[in-house]
Amino acid sequence: MTAPVLVFGWGNPSRGDDALGPLFVEAVEAMALPGVECLTDFQLQVEHALDLRGRERVLFVDASANAAAPFTVERLEPARDASFTTHAVSPQAILEVYAEIEGAPPPPCWLLAIRGESWELGASQSEAARQNLEVSIAWTRAWIASV
Amino acid sequence: MSFELETATVASENLRRVAIDPVSRVEGHGKVTILLDEHNKVHQVRLHIVEFRGFERFIQGRPYWEVPVMVQRLCGICPVSHHLAASKALDLIVGADKVTPTADKMRRLMHYGQILQSHALHFFHLSSPDLLFGFDSEVSRRNIVGVAEKYPEIAKKGILLRKYGQEVIRLTAGKRVHGTGAVPGGVNRSLTADERKDLLKDVYQMIAWSREAVRIIKELHQQNPALYDHFGSFRSNFMGLVAPDGSLDLYQGVLRAKDADGRILFDQVDYQTYDRLITEEVKPWSYMKFPYFTAMGPEHGWYKVGPLARVQNCDSIPTPFAEHERREFVAYADGQPLHATLAYHWARMIEMLFAAETIKELLQDDDLSGTDLMTTGERRREGVGVIEAPRGTLFHHYQVGDDDLVTMANLIVSTTHNNQAMNTAVREVARQYLDGNEITEGLLNHIEVAIRAYDPCLSCATHALGKMPLEVTLIDAEGAELDRKYKE
Repeated sequence: MTAPVLVFGWGNPSRGDDALGPLFVEAVEAMALPGVECLTDFQLQVEHALDLRGRERVLFVDASANAAAPFTVERLEPARDASFTTHAVSPQAILEVYAEIEGAPPPPCWLLAIRGESWELGASQSEAARQNLEVSIAWTRAWIASV
Repeated sequence: MSFELETATVASENLRRVAIDPVSRVEGHGKVTILLDEHNKVHQVRLHIVEFRGFERFIQGRPYWEVPVMVQRLCGICPVSHHLAASKALDLIVGADKVTPTADKMRRLMHYGQILQSHALHFFHLSSPDLLFGFDSEVSRRNIVGVAEKYPEIAKKGILLRKYGQEVIRLTAGKRVHGTGAVPGGVNRSLTADERKDLLKDVYQMIAWSREAVRIIKELHQQNPALYDHFGSFRSNFMGLVAPDGSLDLYQGVLRAKDADGRILFDQVDYQTYDRLITEEVKPWSYMKFPYFTAMGPEHGWYKVGPLARVQNCDSIPTPFAEHERREFVAYADGQPLHATLAYHWARMIEMLFAAETIKELLQDDDLSGTDLMTTGERRREGVGVIEAPRGTLFHHYQVGDDDLVTMANLIVSTTHNNQAMNTAVREVARQYLDGNEITEGLLNHIEVAIRAYDPCLSCATHALGKMPLEVTLIDAEGAELDRKYKE
């Protein structure tokens, strides 16, 4: 049976703060919360629209070079944007693709953007990013509990 | 060595520079610089790509057995190709000259799953918007959502083909991402009968959809040969792996190259000797190297890799539907090599069909459920692994010390092999579509289409939110910036 809540984080674990998405997912997975499924990937991609099927709520999580520290949360709406035109698709585009291929609105989705600072191959996470990650995980406990 | 249009032959201060940075819809970051002369004619064109940098430092000093897993983090788009190329190189380090039939077939299945999902993504979600709506159509429509709106069934098939390939990878690699299936000397798992049955259930649909995809692109060529046969077309050599009998094999084989007229340049070459065959030229204006066949020199020895090279380099394809399509492709070109940039899409779809058919054949083979997974032999210090990744030939070369730590790593990725070819394609397009006055939407579109045909993969660039803007810069003959546009 499909878990009603999906937490989907993405990024490259070996590229400094780009690992924030996967690290976040690891932390939530360790909580072993009932009704919550955790998925991760290197990049958000079109087929991930299918992972939204049967969900009640979805939390997308990525590192961000632009978000205000420690993190930002926004409710997502389906949208076309320039990111359709790259190999890496935006979460808004995933929602739009879902709506088009399923013929129905997507489940309520949020984007948690955790501020990162450095992105070099082989680098570990910056201290600021680690702190941002901790704060964002604390917020997420409350978000999941509010279901 | 320099080529026509690449290096200005008049004083550069008299040239006007047009910079387009980066090229959207191309993985990672790219930048095109077009230098114009005082008559606003194209004089110099360079495609700058952020090179796959830092990997040697990332790999050197690590235990060799970690390498097949960690190299997947070099590229978020084709991690499986790096996983398998590294495993093949490290097979030699552990003395496994030949892995067991189960290991060989599990790896092949993983690889063809990767080919299927990568080619499906490229065609249905990156290229089909251009091809179905036209290069000059409204930008807001020319994307996957536009395709999903107007051609919902095509968009859905693309997603499901990709999803199927991902499932093949998950079952063979052990995980959806960061798989560990291939290890030096073999594999660490095989498939159960139920897993094979589940995959077999859907594979016939994947073959049918792949046949449809070939039909779509074939018809586009036939309907508009003036565009498809000539857009960004230029002559070059081809290189790729073939099986020892000359048939197409994307996992294992020998190196073969043909010249622009289809004559064999070399064949049956053991890729362990690649460093005697290929030289990587460094140019001062680019981080990315320019490989060429050493014996021919840099001016004449550069080549294309990837689907267009492979489909024309082989003598046959060992699956029936794909072989039928290959013959039609060859007949369309009247027996001569097809050099058209857009023919990459057609060749790519023939390969996707080949991958789907190969997956079916492998799933019917009981060796996939075998238990003999590993081979060992005499320990060595050096190994080269080569695989035909979705975008082209991928080389992994390692030296390992007695302490089991990697002392040397050299990778040549397919985008590097295609470096000169992509530069040449952009030059041809710039000659045709730039009038020297401004960066028009049409020019941008056509340059993007030309580069995208090669499906360059540069995902060493980070993908954190907000890191991929489109930047367009216009600089005059004196070096003054005339205009700059961003597209977040």
